[in-house]
Amino acid sequence: MIVRILGEGRYDVPDADLPAIEQLDAQLMDALERVDEAEFSGTLADIIGQVRHTGTHLPPDDLRPSELVVPHEGSTLAEVRDLLAQGT
Amino acid sequence: MSVMKRLSGIVQAKANKALDKAENPADMLDLTYEKQLENLQKVRRALADVATARKRLELQATQLQAQAQKLQDQAKQALGQGQEDLAREALARRATLAEQLESLGTQHQQVEQQQQQLETTASRLQAQVDAFRTKKETLKASYTASKAQASIGEAVSGISESMTDAGMTLDRAQDKIAQMQARAGAIDELLDTGALPDALGGGGDDIQKQLDATSRAGQVDTELAALKAQIGAGAESPSLPAGSAEGGDGPAPAAGAPAGGNS
Repeated sequence: MIVRILGEGRYDVPDADLPAIEQLDAQLMDALERVDEAEFSGTLADIIGQVRHTGTHLPPDDLRPSELVVPHEGSTLAEVRDLLAQGT
Repeated sequence: MSVMKRLSGIVQAKANKALDKAENPADMLDLTYEKQLENLQKVRRALADVATARKRLELQATQLQAQAQKLQDQAKQALGQGQEDLAREALARRATLAEQLESLGTQHQQVEQQQQQLETTASRLQAQVDAFRTKKETLKASYTASKAQASIGEAVSGISESMTDAGMTLDRAQDKIAQMQARAGAIDELLDTGALPDALGGGGDDIQKQLDATSRAGQVDTELAALKAQIGAGAESPSLPAGSAEGGDGPAPAAGAPAGGNS
């Protein structure tokens, strides 16, 4: 599955590695809802680390769309909350 | 619920919205290419802004550090003069500066991260622009030959998603730059108004004035004592060696007199 990290680019992550990332994603949402800044930034860093580690970085001329999007590295909880609010 | 899926939906929606404008696929390709170039320009400009913000932060940090060092020296000097209150005041101001410095450090890290993300975005966009320039001509040719609308659509929406990412990265960087500029402006103001006396202005601050006044007073006392000793030696006690009678306990502290302003 193609995962985009905002401000960084896209990675092709093997399906076998997705469950771990999805679990972190759920943790991230949980931290967002509980407004737990420390947990949030730690989990975001973990997700970004996992995607980079397990995925293959795609060249810029590969134009396939992504299915999952990870916030910018170093994003604050408030920034991501504002981003998500754009979709509602 | 997933953050990454929701964010993906938002990015796709933005990307599709950006595409709605063109009807003809060939125009769409040209328009997309134009937008890519525009985007690249914007990212480059933001990159220059980030570099400026970073330099300003570094300059301010240097100024604050110099000021903190100066206050430290002043505290030492004040203690040497026995002015404990003044020393305390200097150290208190130094603590405020240390806080400012710490937060400048955090900001500096953030600005470095912005710079890195923008640099990545710029080089990615540049590579895409280069690749897309040739690809769009091939796609146009194949469109007129058969109807490869699907592949055009895919290419364009891929580019559009990437440009949406670039746009979001740009927005974020611009927000951060604005915050940083506001903060840098506030620190400059603080340095200007003397709430944090200007490190480069030299000697103009109130703590320094008090220290100078005290050391001037000390000097006057010393000279006075020397004069007294001279006169004493000449007139009153010719039997005693000059100065030895009064010279020892001469410098009586001229307390109170130099107190400038109590802020």
